[in-house]
Amino acid sequence: MEQYSSKVMEHFAQPHNVGEIENADGVGTVGNPVCGDVMRLYIKVDNNVITDAKFKTFGCGAAIATSSMVTDLVKGKTIDEALKISNAAVAEALGGLPKVKMHCSVLAEEALKSALDDYYKKKGMASPVKMPAEAGHEHEME
Amino acid sequence: MRKVYLDHAATTPAHPKVVEAMLPYFTSKFGNPSNLHDMGREAKDAVEEARARTASLIGAKPEEVFFTSSGTESNNFAVKGLAQANSQKGNHIIVSQVEHFSVLHPVKTLEKAGFKVTQIAPDKQGLIDPADVAKAMTKETVLVSIMHANNEIGTLQPVEEIGKITREKGVLFHTDAVASVGWMPVDVKALGVDALSLSGHQFYGPKGAAALFVRKGVRIKPQIEGGVQEDGRRGGTENVPALVGLGKAAELAEAEISGRMSYLTPLRDKLLAGLNTRISDMIVNGHPSRRLPHNVNVSFLFVEGESMLLFLNMEGIYVSSGSACTSRSLKSSHVLSCIGTDAAAANGTLLLTIGMGTSSEDVDYVLEKLPPIVQRLREMSPLYEDMIKNRKKT
Repeated sequence: MEQYSSKVMEHFAQPHNVGEIENADGVGTVGNPVCGDVMRLYIKVDNNVITDAKFKTFGCGAAIATSSMVTDLVKGKTIDEALKISNAAVAEALGGLPKVKMHCSVLAEEALKSALDDYYKKKGMASPVKMPAEAGHEHEME
Repeated sequence: MRKVYLDHAATTPAHPKVVEAMLPYFTSKFGNPSNLHDMGREAKDAVEEARARTASLIGAKPEEVFFTSSGTESNNFAVKGLAQANSQKGNHIIVSQVEHFSVLHPVKTLEKAGFKVTQIAPDKQGLIDPADVAKAMTKETVLVSIMHANNEIGTLQPVEEIGKITREKGVLFHTDAVASVGWMPVDVKALGVDALSLSGHQFYGPKGAAALFVRKGVRIKPQIEGGVQEDGRRGGTENVPALVGLGKAAELAEAEISGRMSYLTPLRDKLLAGLNTRISDMIVNGHPSRRLPHNVNVSFLFVEGESMLLFLNMEGIYVSSGSACTSRSLKSSHVLSCIGTDAAAANGTLLLTIGMGTSSEDVDYVLEKLPPIVQRLREMSPLYEDMIKNRKKT
Protein backbone atom coordinates (compact mmCIF):
# COMPACT_ATOMS: atom_id res chain seq x y z
CA MET A 1 0.00 0.00 0.00
CA GLU A 2 1.11 3.55 -0.69
CA GLN A 3 2.34 5.55 2.27
CA TYR A 4 0.41 8.44 3.78
CA SER A 5 1.70 12.00 3.31
CA SER A 6 3.17 13.76 6.34
CA LYS A 7 0.12 16.06 6.38
CA VAL A 8 -2.21 13.03 6.61
CA MET A 9 -0.14 11.60 9.47
CA GLU A 10 -0.19 14.98 11.23
CA HIS A 11 -4.00 15.18 11.07
CA PHE A 12 -4.32 11.50 12.02
CA ALA A 13 -2.00 11.73 15.03
CA GLN A 14 -3.45 15.00 16.32
CA PRO A 15 -6.87 15.40 14.68
CA HIS A 16 -8.54 18.78 14.92
CA ASN A 17 -12.18 19.28 15.96
CA VAL A 18 -12.86 15.88 17.48
CA GLY A 19 -16.09 15.73 19.47
CA GLU A 20 -19.78 16.54 19.45
CA ILE A 21 -21.68 19.83 19.32
CA GLU A 22 -24.61 19.98 21.72
CA ASN A 23 -27.73 21.19 19.91
CA ALA A 24 -25.91 21.27 16.59
CA ASP A 25 -27.65 23.02 13.70
CA GLY A 26 -26.80 20.15 11.38
CA VAL A 27 -25.60 16.58 11.89
CA GLY A 28 -24.67 14.16 9.14
CA THR A 29 -23.64 10.51 9.52
CA VAL A 30 -22.35 8.62 6.48
CA GLY A 31 -20.50 5.39 5.75
CA ASN A 32 -20.88 1.84 6.92
CA PRO A 33 -19.01 -0.05 9.65
CA VAL A 34 -18.86 -3.09 7.34
CA CYS A 35 -16.72 -1.11 4.90
CA GLY A 36 -14.62 0.14 7.77
CA ASP A 37 -15.57 3.81 7.97
CA VAL A 38 -18.37 5.85 9.53
CA MET A 39 -18.18 9.65 9.81
CA ARG A 40 -20.44 11.89 11.83
CA LEU A 41 -20.11 15.62 11.30
CA TYR A 42 -21.70 18.34 13.44
CA ILE A 43 -22.04 21.99 12.37
CA LYS A 44 -23.04 25.13 14.18
CA VAL A 45 -24.45 27.85 11.88
CA ASP A 46 -24.78 31.47 12.77
CA ASN A 47 -26.15 33.99 10.32
CA ASN A 48 -25.50 31.69 7.34
CA VAL A 49 -21.88 31.18 8.44
CA ILE A 50 -20.52 27.89 9.83
CA THR A 51 -19.05 29.00 13.14
CA ASP A 52 -18.07 25.57 14.44
CA ALA A 53 -17.63 22.03 13.15
CA LYS A 54 -16.79 18.84 14.99
CA PHE A 55 -16.58 15.20 14.04
CA LYS A 56 -16.54 11.64 15.24
CA THR A 57 -15.12 8.98 12.97
CA PHE A 58 -14.72 5.21 13.03
CA GLY A 59 -12.18 4.45 10.39
CA CYS A 60 -8.66 4.18 9.11
CA GLY A 61 -5.92 6.81 9.21
CA ALA A 62 -7.20 8.47 6.04
CA ALA A 63 -10.77 8.59 7.31
CA ILE A 64 -9.69 10.37 10.50
CA ALA A 65 -7.39 12.76 8.63
CA THR A 66 -10.04 13.72 6.04
CA SER A 67 -12.57 14.28 8.86
CA SER A 68 -10.11 16.55 10.61
CA MET A 69 -9.32 18.43 7.39
CA VAL A 70 -12.93 18.91 6.22
CA THR A 71 -13.92 20.34 9.62
CA ASP A 72 -10.94 22.73 9.41
CA LEU A 73 -11.87 23.78 5.86
CA VAL A 74 -15.52 24.42 6.62
CA LYS A 75 -15.12 26.64 9.67
CA GLY A 76 -15.81 30.31 8.89
CA LYS A 77 -17.30 29.48 5.49
CA THR A 78 -20.80 30.52 4.39
CA ILE A 79 -23.25 27.74 3.60
CA ASP A 80 -22.82 28.38 -0.13
CA GLU A 81 -19.03 28.20 0.14
CA ALA A 82 -19.28 25.01 2.20
CA LEU A 83 -21.46 23.39 -0.43
CA LYS A 84 -18.63 23.84 -2.92
CA ILE A 85 -16.02 21.95 -0.88
CA SER A 86 -15.19 18.86 -2.89
CA ASN A 87 -13.48 15.63 -1.98
CA ALA A 88 -10.59 16.63 -4.24
CA ALA A 89 -10.10 19.82 -2.21
CA VAL A 90 -9.96 17.80 1.01
CA ALA A 91 -7.46 15.34 -0.47
CA GLU A 92 -5.35 18.14 -1.91
CA ALA A 93 -5.26 20.01 1.40
CA LEU A 94 -3.86 16.82 2.93
CA GLY A 95 -1.06 16.64 0.36
CA GLY A 96 -2.83 13.84 -1.50
CA LEU A 97 -4.12 10.42 -0.49
CA PRO A 98 -3.14 6.92 -1.61
CA LYS A 99 -5.36 5.83 -4.50
CA VAL A 100 -7.15 3.15 -2.47
CA LYS A 101 -7.95 5.75 0.19
CA MET A 102 -9.53 8.40 -2.08
CA HIS A 103 -12.96 7.12 -1.04
CA CYS A 104 -12.25 8.52 2.44
CA SER A 105 -12.19 12.04 0.99
CA VAL A 106 -15.49 11.31 -0.78
CA LEU A 107 -16.89 10.21 2.57
CA ALA A 108 -15.74 13.50 4.12
CA GLU A 109 -17.52 15.45 1.39
CA GLU A 110 -20.63 13.31 1.89
CA ALA A 111 -20.55 13.84 5.67
CA LEU A 112 -20.39 17.61 5.16
CA LYS A 113 -23.20 17.59 2.56
CA SER A 114 -25.30 15.37 4.82
CA ALA A 115 -24.82 17.80 7.75
CA LEU A 116 -25.78 20.74 5.49
CA ASP A 117 -28.81 18.82 4.24
CA ASP A 118 -29.83 18.22 7.87
CA TYR A 119 -29.38 21.95 8.55
CA TYR A 120 -31.84 22.87 5.79
CA LYS A 121 -34.32 20.25 6.98
CA LYS A 122 -34.12 21.44 10.58
CA LYS A 123 -34.82 24.97 9.33
CA GLY A 124 -37.83 23.68 7.40
CA MET A 125 -36.26 24.84 4.12
CA ALA A 126 -35.97 22.99 0.83
CA SER A 127 -32.49 21.49 0.67
CA PRO A 128 -30.35 22.34 -2.38
CA VAL A 129 -27.80 19.70 -1.37
CA LYS A 130 -26.87 17.15 -3.98
CA MET A 131 -25.11 14.14 -2.50
CA PRO A 132 -21.99 13.16 -4.44
CA ALA A 133 -21.92 9.93 -6.41
CA GLU A 134 -21.24 6.76 -4.42
CA ALA A 135 -17.53 6.55 -3.57
CA GLY A 136 -17.08 3.01 -4.76
CA HIS A 137 -14.27 1.00 -3.21
CA GLU A 138 -11.79 -0.49 -5.57
CA HIS A 139 -11.74 -4.23 -5.29
CA GLU A 140 -8.67 -4.93 -7.32
CA MET A 141 -7.10 -7.86 -5.64
CA GLU A 142 -7.24 -9.90 -2.50
CA MET B 1 12.06 4.12 22.27
CA ARG B 2 11.39 0.44 22.83
CA LYS B 3 10.69 -1.52 19.66
CA VAL B 4 8.35 -4.47 19.96
CA TYR B 5 7.86 -6.63 16.90
CA LEU B 6 4.64 -8.61 17.29
CA ASP B 7 4.20 -9.66 13.69
CA HIS B 8 6.00 -13.02 13.60
CA ALA B 9 3.15 -14.48 11.52
CA ALA B 10 4.18 -12.07 8.76
CA THR B 11 7.86 -12.95 8.92
CA THR B 12 10.65 -13.61 11.41
CA PRO B 13 14.22 -12.32 11.52
CA ALA B 14 16.79 -14.81 10.28
CA HIS B 15 18.64 -16.34 13.25
CA PRO B 16 22.29 -15.16 13.44
CA LYS B 17 23.44 -18.79 13.09
CA VAL B 18 21.30 -19.07 9.95
CA VAL B 19 22.94 -15.99 8.44
CA GLU B 20 26.38 -17.29 9.41
CA ALA B 21 25.69 -20.62 7.72
CA MET B 22 24.44 -18.91 4.56
CA LEU B 23 27.23 -16.38 4.00
CA PRO B 24 29.94 -18.59 2.43
CA TYR B 25 27.45 -19.75 -0.21
CA PHE B 26 27.19 -16.23 -1.67
CA THR B 27 30.93 -15.86 -2.18
CA SER B 28 33.55 -18.59 -1.80
CA LYS B 29 31.13 -21.51 -2.14
CA PHE B 30 29.08 -20.07 -4.98
CA GLY B 31 28.95 -23.13 -7.22
CA ASN B 32 25.96 -24.43 -9.13
CA PRO B 33 24.81 -27.76 -7.66
CA SER B 34 24.17 -29.12 -11.16
CA ASN B 35 27.88 -28.96 -12.04
CA LEU B 36 30.08 -32.02 -11.71
CA HIS B 37 33.24 -30.21 -10.69
CA ASP B 38 34.28 -29.62 -7.10
CA MET B 39 32.57 -26.22 -6.88
CA GLY B 40 29.29 -27.78 -7.98
CA ARG B 41 29.75 -30.77 -5.70
CA GLU B 42 30.31 -28.49 -2.70
CA ALA B 43 27.05 -26.64 -3.39
CA LYS B 44 25.19 -29.89 -4.07
CA ASP B 45 26.37 -31.35 -0.76
CA ALA B 46 25.16 -28.23 1.06
CA VAL B 47 21.72 -28.44 -0.56
CA GLU B 48 21.44 -32.14 0.30
CA GLU B 49 22.45 -31.47 3.89
CA ALA B 50 19.75 -28.78 4.09
CA ARG B 51 17.27 -31.28 2.65
CA ALA B 52 18.18 -33.87 5.29
CA ARG B 53 17.78 -31.32 8.10
CA THR B 54 14.45 -30.08 6.75
CA ALA B 55 13.23 -33.67 6.38
CA SER B 56 14.35 -34.51 9.92
CA LEU B 57 12.35 -31.60 11.36
CA ILE B 58 9.10 -33.03 10.00
CA GLY B 59 9.89 -36.75 10.30
CA ALA B 60 10.28 -37.25 6.54
CA LYS B 61 12.90 -38.91 4.35
CA PRO B 62 15.26 -36.49 2.54
CA GLU B 63 14.06 -37.68 -0.86
CA GLU B 64 10.52 -36.70 0.12
CA VAL B 65 11.44 -33.01 0.48
CA PHE B 66 11.28 -30.71 -2.56
CA PHE B 67 12.57 -27.18 -2.21
CA THR B 68 10.60 -24.21 -3.51
CA SER B 69 10.83 -20.43 -3.21
CA SER B 70 7.93 -19.74 -0.85
CA GLY B 71 5.01 -21.15 1.09
CA THR B 72 2.78 -19.83 -1.67
CA GLU B 73 4.72 -21.79 -4.28
CA SER B 74 4.61 -24.94 -2.13
CA ASN B 75 0.83 -24.66 -1.79
CA ASN B 76 0.35 -24.01 -5.52
CA PHE B 77 2.64 -26.95 -6.32
CA ALA B 78 0.78 -29.26 -3.94
CA VAL B 79 -2.76 -28.40 -4.95
CA LYS B 80 -2.26 -28.19 -8.71
CA GLY B 81 0.47 -30.81 -8.93
CA LEU B 82 -1.37 -33.48 -6.94
CA ALA B 83 -4.75 -32.86 -8.58
CA GLN B 84 -3.35 -32.82 -12.11
CA ALA B 85 -1.11 -35.87 -11.67
CA ASN B 86 -3.94 -37.94 -10.22
CA SER B 87 -6.93 -36.72 -12.24
CA GLN B 88 -7.46 -40.17 -13.74
CA LYS B 89 -8.72 -41.18 -10.27
CA GLY B 90 -11.31 -38.41 -10.06
CA ASN B 91 -11.93 -34.69 -10.26
CA HIS B 92 -13.22 -33.71 -6.82
CA ILE B 93 -11.21 -31.62 -4.32
CA ILE B 94 -12.06 -30.81 -0.70
CA VAL B 95 -10.62 -27.76 1.06
CA SER B 96 -11.65 -25.64 4.03
CA GLN B 97 -12.99 -22.11 3.65
CA VAL B 98 -10.25 -20.76 5.89
CA GLU B 99 -7.29 -21.90 3.76
CA HIS B 100 -4.69 -19.35 2.73
CA PHE B 101 -5.30 -17.78 -0.70
CA SER B 102 -2.31 -19.74 -2.01
CA VAL B 103 -4.54 -22.81 -1.66
CA LEU B 104 -7.91 -21.22 -2.47
CA HIS B 105 -6.82 -19.48 -5.67
CA PRO B 106 -5.15 -22.52 -7.30
CA VAL B 107 -8.27 -24.50 -6.38
CA LYS B 108 -10.35 -21.85 -8.17
CA THR B 109 -8.14 -22.26 -11.23
CA LEU B 110 -8.63 -26.04 -11.12
CA GLU B 111 -12.37 -25.51 -10.83
CA LYS B 112 -12.32 -23.49 -14.06
CA ALA B 113 -10.43 -26.39 -15.67
CA GLY B 114 -13.22 -28.85 -14.77
CA PHE B 115 -12.49 -29.96 -11.20
CA LYS B 116 -15.32 -29.92 -8.66
CA VAL B 117 -14.57 -28.31 -5.31
CA THR B 118 -16.18 -28.60 -1.87
CA GLN B 119 -15.26 -25.94 0.66
CA ILE B 120 -15.83 -27.05 4.26
CA ALA B 121 -17.07 -24.36 6.67
CA PRO B 122 -15.38 -24.03 10.08
CA ASP B 123 -17.18 -23.61 13.40
CA LYS B 124 -17.06 -20.33 15.32
CA GLN B 125 -13.61 -21.14 16.69
CA GLY B 126 -12.26 -21.92 13.26
CA LEU B 127 -12.26 -25.72 13.63
CA ILE B 128 -13.06 -28.06 10.76
CA ASP B 129 -15.11 -31.10 11.77
CA PRO B 130 -13.47 -34.28 10.35
CA ALA B 131 -16.99 -35.71 10.01
CA ASP B 132 -17.78 -32.93 7.51
CA VAL B 133 -14.74 -33.97 5.49
CA ALA B 134 -15.89 -37.61 5.54
CA LYS B 135 -19.38 -36.55 4.45
CA ALA B 136 -18.04 -34.45 1.59
CA MET B 137 -16.09 -37.38 0.12
CA THR B 138 -17.32 -38.86 -3.13
CA LYS B 139 -15.98 -41.60 -5.41
CA GLU B 140 -14.45 -38.80 -7.43
CA THR B 141 -12.52 -37.21 -4.53
CA VAL B 142 -8.84 -37.10 -5.39
CA LEU B 143 -7.42 -34.53 -2.96
CA VAL B 144 -8.13 -33.02 0.45
CA SER B 145 -6.20 -29.89 1.44
CA ILE B 146 -6.74 -28.65 4.99
CA MET B 147 -4.24 -26.47 6.81
CA HIS B 148 -2.45 -27.53 9.98
CA ALA B 149 -2.75 -24.14 11.72
CA ASN B 150 -4.58 -21.08 10.55
CA ASN B 151 -2.19 -18.22 9.86
CA GLU B 152 -4.61 -15.54 11.12
CA ILE B 153 -6.62 -16.93 14.02
CA GLY B 154 -4.09 -19.61 15.02
CA THR B 155 -6.60 -22.46 15.28
CA LEU B 156 -5.04 -25.94 14.98
CA GLN B 157 -7.05 -28.27 12.78
CA PRO B 158 -7.66 -31.94 13.63
CA VAL B 159 -5.29 -33.00 10.87
CA GLU B 160 -4.58 -36.44 12.37
CA GLU B 161 -8.27 -37.35 12.36
CA ILE B 162 -8.71 -36.09 8.82
CA GLY B 163 -5.62 -38.07 7.83
CA LYS B 164 -7.22 -41.28 9.12
CA ILE B 165 -10.26 -40.65 6.94
CA THR B 166 -8.26 -39.89 3.81
CA ARG B 167 -6.05 -42.97 4.26
CA GLU B 168 -9.09 -45.16 4.72
CA LYS B 169 -10.58 -43.82 1.49
CA GLY B 170 -7.29 -43.79 -0.40
CA VAL B 171 -7.54 -40.04 -1.05
CA LEU B 172 -4.47 -37.77 -1.12
CA PHE B 173 -4.15 -35.33 1.77
CA HIS B 174 -2.13 -32.11 1.72
CA THR B 175 -1.73 -29.81 4.70
CA ASP B 176 -0.44 -26.25 4.66
CA ALA B 177 1.79 -26.17 7.74
CA VAL B 178 3.49 -22.86 6.88
CA ALA B 179 2.11 -21.24 10.05
CA SER B 180 2.99 -24.07 12.43
CA VAL B 181 6.36 -25.60 11.41
CA GLY B 182 9.06 -24.33 13.74
CA TRP B 183 6.55 -23.31 16.43
CA MET B 184 5.29 -26.74 17.47
CA PRO B 185 6.13 -30.36 16.69
CA VAL B 186 5.04 -31.34 13.18
CA ASP B 187 5.50 -34.94 12.07
CA VAL B 188 4.24 -36.09 8.70
CA LYS B 189 3.79 -39.68 9.88
CA ALA B 190 1.81 -38.72 12.99
CA LEU B 191 -0.31 -36.35 10.93
CA GLY B 192 -0.89 -38.97 8.25
CA VAL B 193 -0.46 -36.53 5.38
CA ASP B 194 0.74 -37.18 1.84
CA ALA B 195 2.01 -33.65 1.32
CA LEU B 196 2.94 -30.74 3.59
CA SER B 197 4.03 -27.16 2.92
CA LEU B 198 6.51 -25.23 5.06
CA SER B 199 8.37 -21.94 4.69
CA GLY B 200 11.77 -20.90 6.07
CA HIS B 201 11.19 -17.23 6.87
CA GLN B 202 8.25 -18.22 9.09
CA PHE B 203 10.63 -19.78 11.63
CA TYR B 204 13.92 -17.83 11.68
CA GLY B 205 15.11 -18.92 8.25
CA PRO B 206 15.63 -16.65 5.24
CA LYS B 207 12.98 -15.50 2.78
CA GLY B 208 13.00 -17.29 -0.56
CA ALA B 209 13.42 -20.81 0.82
CA ALA B 210 10.52 -23.18 1.41
CA ALA B 211 9.66 -26.80 0.87
CA LEU B 212 6.96 -29.25 -0.04
CA PHE B 213 7.01 -32.71 1.48
CA VAL B 214 5.55 -35.32 -0.88
CA ARG B 215 5.25 -38.86 0.44
CA LYS B 216 7.34 -41.38 -1.47
CA GLY B 217 5.35 -42.98 -4.26
CA VAL B 218 2.84 -40.12 -4.56
CA ARG B 219 2.67 -38.65 -8.06
CA ILE B 220 2.88 -34.88 -8.47
CA LYS B 221 2.97 -32.85 -11.68
CA PRO B 222 5.82 -30.31 -11.83
CA GLN B 223 4.66 -26.70 -12.09
CA ILE B 224 8.05 -25.24 -13.02
CA GLU B 225 9.41 -27.19 -15.96
CA GLY B 226 12.63 -27.22 -17.89
CA GLY B 227 15.16 -28.24 -15.28
CA VAL B 228 16.42 -31.43 -13.70
CA GLN B 229 16.67 -29.90 -10.24
CA GLU B 230 14.67 -31.33 -7.33
CA ASP B 231 14.56 -34.72 -9.01
CA GLY B 232 12.83 -33.13 -12.00
CA ARG B 233 9.89 -31.95 -9.88
CA ARG B 234 10.88 -28.30 -9.74
CA GLY B 235 13.20 -26.74 -12.29
CA GLY B 236 15.47 -23.76 -11.73
CA THR B 237 18.92 -23.31 -10.26
CA GLU B 238 18.71 -23.82 -6.51
CA ASN B 239 18.83 -20.78 -4.21
CA VAL B 240 21.76 -22.40 -2.43
CA PRO B 241 22.41 -19.80 0.33
CA ALA B 242 18.70 -19.61 1.21
CA LEU B 243 18.32 -23.38 1.24
CA VAL B 244 21.35 -23.70 3.51
CA GLY B 245 19.66 -21.13 5.75
CA LEU B 246 16.42 -23.11 5.73
CA GLY B 247 18.35 -26.24 6.71
CA LYS B 248 20.00 -24.40 9.60
CA ALA B 249 16.64 -22.97 10.73
CA ALA B 250 15.18 -26.49 10.64
CA GLU B 251 18.09 -27.83 12.69
CA LEU B 252 17.62 -25.07 15.31
CA ALA B 253 13.86 -25.59 15.39
CA GLU B 254 14.19 -29.33 15.91
CA ALA B 255 16.58 -28.83 18.82
CA GLU B 256 14.59 -26.00 20.42
CA ILE B 257 10.97 -26.90 19.72
CA SER B 258 9.86 -27.85 23.24
CA GLY B 259 11.74 -24.89 24.70
CA ARG B 260 10.03 -22.57 22.22
CA MET B 261 6.59 -23.84 23.13
CA SER B 262 7.17 -23.61 26.87
CA TYR B 263 8.56 -20.06 26.48
CA LEU B 264 5.86 -18.75 24.14
CA THR B 265 2.68 -20.27 25.53
CA PRO B 266 2.69 -18.50 28.93
CA LEU B 267 3.81 -15.25 27.28
CA ARG B 268 0.93 -15.48 24.79
CA ASP B 269 -1.46 -16.15 27.67
CA LYS B 270 -0.09 -13.20 29.62
CA LEU B 271 -0.67 -10.89 26.67
CA LEU B 272 -4.19 -12.15 26.10
CA ALA B 273 -5.16 -12.07 29.78
CA GLY B 274 -3.66 -8.59 30.14
CA LEU B 275 -5.68 -7.26 27.22
CA ASN B 276 -8.81 -8.92 28.54
CA THR B 277 -8.57 -7.24 31.94
CA ARG B 278 -7.62 -3.83 30.54
CA ILE B 279 -9.95 -3.46 27.55
CA SER B 280 -13.73 -3.96 27.51
CA ASP B 281 -15.78 -5.10 24.51
CA MET B 282 -13.03 -7.31 23.16
CA ILE B 283 -13.56 -10.56 21.25
CA VAL B 284 -10.91 -13.29 21.19
CA ASN B 285 -10.85 -14.94 17.77
CA GLY B 286 -9.91 -18.58 17.22
CA HIS B 287 -9.85 -21.51 19.61
CA PRO B 288 -9.00 -20.91 23.30
CA SER B 289 -6.62 -23.89 23.65
CA ARG B 290 -6.17 -25.52 20.23
CA ARG B 291 -4.06 -22.67 18.90
CA LEU B 292 -0.54 -21.72 17.88
CA PRO B 293 1.63 -20.97 20.93
CA HIS B 294 2.51 -17.47 19.68
CA ASN B 295 -0.79 -16.24 18.24
CA VAL B 296 -3.20 -13.69 19.73
CA ASN B 297 -6.05 -12.51 17.50
CA VAL B 298 -8.51 -10.05 19.02
CA SER B 299 -11.26 -7.71 17.83
CA PHE B 300 -11.88 -4.45 19.67
CA LEU B 301 -15.43 -3.26 19.10
CA PHE B 302 -16.15 0.31 17.87
CA VAL B 303 -12.61 0.96 16.61
CA GLU B 304 -10.90 0.32 13.31
CA GLY B 305 -7.76 -1.77 12.93
CA GLU B 306 -5.61 0.42 10.73
CA SER B 307 -5.92 3.35 13.14
CA MET B 308 -4.80 1.12 16.01
CA LEU B 309 -1.94 -0.23 13.90
CA LEU B 310 -0.74 3.30 13.03
CA PHE B 311 -0.89 4.54 16.63
CA LEU B 312 0.92 1.41 17.82
CA ASN B 313 3.54 2.03 15.13
CA MET B 314 4.15 5.49 16.62
CA GLU B 315 4.92 3.73 19.92
CA GLY B 316 7.34 1.32 18.24
CA ILE B 317 4.92 -1.62 18.35
CA TYR B 318 4.53 -3.52 15.08
CA VAL B 319 1.40 -5.62 14.52
CA SER B 320 -0.98 -6.69 11.76
CA SER B 321 -4.65 -5.95 11.36
CA GLY B 322 -7.58 -7.93 9.96
CA SER B 323 -9.23 -4.71 8.93
CA ALA B 324 -10.57 -4.04 5.46
CA CYS B 325 -8.61 -0.80 5.39
CA THR B 326 -5.20 -2.41 5.65
CA SER B 327 -5.78 -4.82 2.80
CA ARG B 328 -5.39 -3.63 -0.75
CA SER B 329 -8.76 -5.12 -1.63
CA LEU B 330 -10.50 -3.17 1.18
CA LYS B 331 -12.14 -6.44 2.22
CA SER B 332 -11.77 -7.64 5.76
CA SER B 333 -10.32 -11.08 6.46
CA HIS B 334 -12.14 -14.02 4.81
CA VAL B 335 -11.16 -16.14 7.81
CA LEU B 336 -12.95 -13.86 10.27
CA SER B 337 -16.03 -13.71 8.09
CA CYS B 338 -16.06 -17.54 7.78
CA ILE B 339 -16.02 -17.99 11.57
CA GLY B 340 -18.96 -15.60 11.81
CA THR B 341 -17.18 -12.50 13.15
CA ASP B 342 -19.42 -9.50 12.61
CA ALA B 343 -18.01 -7.41 9.74
CA ALA B 344 -17.76 -4.24 11.83
CA ALA B 345 -15.92 -6.14 14.59
CA ALA B 346 -13.62 -7.74 12.00
CA ASN B 347 -12.51 -4.24 11.01
CA GLY B 348 -11.30 -3.73 14.58
CA THR B 349 -9.08 -6.80 14.59
CA LEU B 350 -5.42 -6.99 15.55
CA LEU B 351 -3.15 -9.96 15.03
CA LEU B 352 -0.34 -10.02 17.61
CA THR B 353 2.22 -12.76 17.10
CA ILE B 354 5.06 -13.01 19.58
CA GLY B 355 8.44 -14.65 19.00
CA MET B 356 11.53 -15.93 20.76
CA GLY B 357 12.86 -12.35 20.92
CA THR B 358 9.74 -11.08 22.70
CA SER B 359 10.34 -10.48 26.41
CA SER B 360 7.90 -10.28 29.28
CA GLU B 361 8.78 -6.55 29.49
CA ASP B 362 7.81 -6.18 25.81
CA VAL B 363 4.39 -7.61 26.64
CA ASP B 364 4.12 -5.20 29.61
CA TYR B 365 4.93 -2.34 27.25
CA VAL B 366 2.16 -3.39 24.83
CA LEU B 367 -0.26 -3.75 27.73
CA GLU B 368 0.64 -0.21 28.80
CA LYS B 369 0.37 1.38 25.33
CA LEU B 370 -2.53 -0.40 23.62
CA PRO B 371 -5.44 0.25 26.07
CA PRO B 372 -5.19 4.07 25.89
CA ILE B 373 -5.01 3.87 22.08
CA VAL B 374 -8.22 1.83 21.98
CA GLN B 375 -9.85 4.23 24.44
CA ARG B 376 -8.77 7.31 22.48
CA LEU B 377 -10.13 5.88 19.22
CA ARG B 378 -13.37 4.87 20.94
CA GLU B 379 -13.85 8.41 22.19
CA MET B 380 -13.50 9.47 18.56
CA SER B 381 -15.90 6.79 17.28
CA PRO B 382 -19.56 7.48 16.45
CA LEU B 383 -20.26 3.75 16.91
CA TYR B 384 -19.01 3.95 20.51
CA GLU B 385 -21.08 7.10 21.10
CA ASP B 386 -24.22 5.31 19.83
CA MET B 387 -23.47 2.25 21.98
CA ILE B 388 -23.09 4.38 25.14
CA LYS B 389 -26.37 6.18 24.40
CA ASN B 390 -28.16 2.88 23.76
CA ARG B 391 -26.80 1.32 26.96
CA LYS B 392 -28.06 4.32 28.94
CA LYS B 393 -31.53 3.86 27.45
CA THR B 394 -31.81 0.20 28.37
